[in-house]
Formats: sequence, C-alpha cells, structure tokens
Amino acid sequence: MIAVKLPTVLRPFAGGAEQVEIQADGEATVGSVFAALESQHPALRRRLTDEQGALRRHVNVYLGNDNIRDLSGLDTTLPDGCELLVLPSVAGG
Amino acid sequence: MSEAVLLIGTKKGLWIGRSDAARQVWQCSPVPEFEMQGVYAVGIDTRGDQARLFVGGTSEHWGPAVFHSDDLGKTWAEPPEGSIGFPKEAEASLERVWQIQPASVDQPGVVYAGSEPSALWKSTDGGVTFELVRGLWDHPHRKEWGAGFGGQAVHTVLPHPTDPDRVSVAMSTGGVYQTRDGGASWDPANHGIKAKFMPDPDPEFGQCVHKLAGHPAVPERMFAQNHHGVYRSDDGGAIWKSIADGLPSDFGFPIVVHPHEPETVYVFPLVADANRIPTEGKCRVYRSRDAGSTWEPLSAGLPDVSYVPVLRDAMTTDTADPAGVYVGTRDGCVYASADDGDTWVEVARHLPDVLTVRAAVI
Repeated sequence: MIAVKLPTVLRPFAGGAEQVEIQADGEATVGSVFAALESQHPALRRRLTDEQGALRRHVNVYLGNDNIRDLSGLDTTLPDGCELLVLPSVAGG
Repeated sequence: MSEAVLLIGTKKGLWIGRSDAARQVWQCSPVPEFEMQGVYAVGIDTRGDQARLFVGGTSEHWGPAVFHSDDLGKTWAEPPEGSIGFPKEAEASLERVWQIQPASVDQPGVVYAGSEPSALWKSTDGGVTFELVRGLWDHPHRKEWGAGFGGQAVHTVLPHPTDPDRVSVAMSTGGVYQTRDGGASWDPANHGIKAKFMPDPDPEFGQCVHKLAGHPAVPERMFAQNHHGVYRSDDGGAIWKSIADGLPSDFGFPIVVHPHEPETVYVFPLVADANRIPTEGKCRVYRSRDAGSTWEPLSAGLPDVSYVPVLRDAMTTDTADPAGVYVGTRDGCVYASADDGDTWVEVARHLPDVLTVRAAVI
C-alpha cells in the first residue's frame, strides 16, 4: 500500500480525503502509482501529470525529504508502506 | 425577468457581473471562482432552453481544464475523464485553452475550442467533451507556426453562420486558416495581411492575426485586427484590405462586430507593437459604423488617462437590443455600454488583468 498525501487544494479531487491509498502490484514506482490514480481519482491524476504522463512542472512530490526529481523522477521505486507527499512548488505572481 | 450575465476571465480567476436587462448597475461577485487560475477563455451558449457557461482555466500548478455550468455560475462541472486533452499519439500536452466558441444555432451541441499549442477542438455534446480536429493538427505548416509572447495558440474560432463545414481560425503566429470540408483540410487565408516582423512581409502564412470577427447576416465579410493592421475581407477571407486609415494606430488586439449592425465594428487601438499603451494615453474604444471606412473614438464614461491595453479576447458584445458592448483592461477594470458604445459604466475595478469577457442577457 502506498499513501499519497495531498495538499488542501487537491483534496476536492479525491472526495475530500487528505490522502489516497494505492494498492501496489509488484514493484511500485511513482509513475505506476499515479497511473493507478486514473481509475479511482482521474481528476486528481490530471492535476499531477499531463495527458502524456509527465509530472506537471510546478508539482513537487516528496518521498521522505527527497524530491523525486532528485531521485529517479516518475521511475523512482517505492517500498511498500511508504508515503508520497504532494506539494505545489513556489510559483505564480 | 431578464438577467444580464458578464463573465470576466482574469489572470487569477473568474468574476461574474450581474445586472438587470438595463445593464446600468452591476454587481460583481465578491470573490473569484477558479481562484489563482488564468481564465483565458469563457463562453456563453444561449442556443438551448437553458444557458450554459464555460470556463477554460489554467492553474500554473495543476494544469488546464474546461468546466461548464448550467445554473449561471452557481456550480461548475467537468466530466470524470476530463473535458479536453491530447491523445497519446499526438505527443503533445495541453498548455492552455484560449477560446470556447459555440457554433451557430442550427448546429446544436457543437462547441469549438482553441488551444495552446495551436490546435482546434470540436465538441458535439454541448461542450462537455472535446476532440482534437486532426486535419488542422496534422497540417504540414504546423511545424512552422511560431509562438508569440502569449505562446503558440489558436486563440480565435469563427464558425461559419450557415455552413457547418466551414470554420475559420486565427493563430499567433500562423495567421488565418479555413476549412470548407468540416475540418478535414485547411488552407491559409492571409492574402493581404502583412507580417512586418518577417523578412517577407507578405507570406502565405505566419502572420500574427490577433483577432477575427464576423456577423452572421453577412457570412462572407470578416474583420481582422492584426499585429499592425486592421483589415476587412468581403469574400470570405480570400483577400484582406486595410480599413485602418481612420484609426490613430493600426495596432491592437480585439475586434468585435455589433450583433445587429453588420457594418458596425469596434477596436481598441494601441500606439504600436513597441509601445503597447492606448493612443494618446486615453482609454478609448473606436467604432466604425460603415465597416471600417470611418472611425470615431468613444469616450463617455471611459477614463481620460490610461496606459493599459485591452487584450485580444477582452472585448465583446451581448445580443440584446439595444446591444451591450464590454471591455476589460489589463489593470482590472471592466466597462459596459448598453447603447452601442455611446456611453459606458464601470462594472469592476482593481481586478487582476482581464483576459476575456463574454456577456448575455438571459
């Protein structure tokens, strides 16, 4: 089970939940977890990744204290039971 | 009891102005919908029994989306699968929706959208879901279309008022393209429109046409506000001729046609592309009542000192009688006229940059 913790602004796209849990089949990656969101919370998935599957530029995803961009991006492997934290980056005028 | 609704899309959300049919006193929503989203496209579909509103918003964090409302903006919806997005094989991602345009009344359910990157989208379910128009996306010119400051986008869609197979679009840069076969094939239609920023100022395509407008009663006549140049075509876009002689400048962004007077057209001149402030430092809409032969400034109720432009989609009309005309400025002011532009009242001030306005009396 992988938990994806959501910022307040994204919770309406997950039925108000503070986090969503994804059952990992086999070796989970950030990309596979986000792809799995498509069936449960498609509107949430669209806000994290674009229609080609790329992580949106100003979305940050942390595994522990590490930004996944500093790891292997969407290919970052995830141990079962871990938490992903989604945060908006500092952006906007 | 009729109600006037004015959708104001800004760089940081949507405000809705409401008034009675007189359109003299407006109440604006105290807080925006779609907070912190750049609302570059709004639309009002009045063809059905119940008006449908549209918003195309872009969150810098969470991406673009199109929403619709069937209760005049009280609630908004998007389908679970999303309303718009490139198919995998297109190898592109939607950056922004620039235009949401219902087709004519005899094409119920058809709504077009224009986007960045430059693409046309067609909905046949009333604007709930949109499909990419492949004929334009696969056009061999596409790789040569460039990006203006606002990105490379189809920002204007002008469906033909009677022939469902004919649609005109304008893009920056690229210029005007038209289909006569329902979107399967597209041809550039820029003959006469200058591209002063290119080595050859008369290219087949590549112009930076800022906005197109037309009137349903005169389908073969179109007006264009270009990146320098104001034009009219009387033959469906085959040839464009300048109508800028009576204007203080031929630079600007919006151009709209009066809903009941096909000869009456409005623009908002700016000094030049290198100096994008209103001519004479005054907020002035210019009106022609003879299809561009002569122009007059409209000033009553508009600021006598102003240094901010009106962007390409931030001028519109409603279809009431007498007609309403609306402009929104980059310093967040919105003005409405209920008498063809003769006099104006302030609808809002100090909003974020106004990107688009649409209005209807319902």
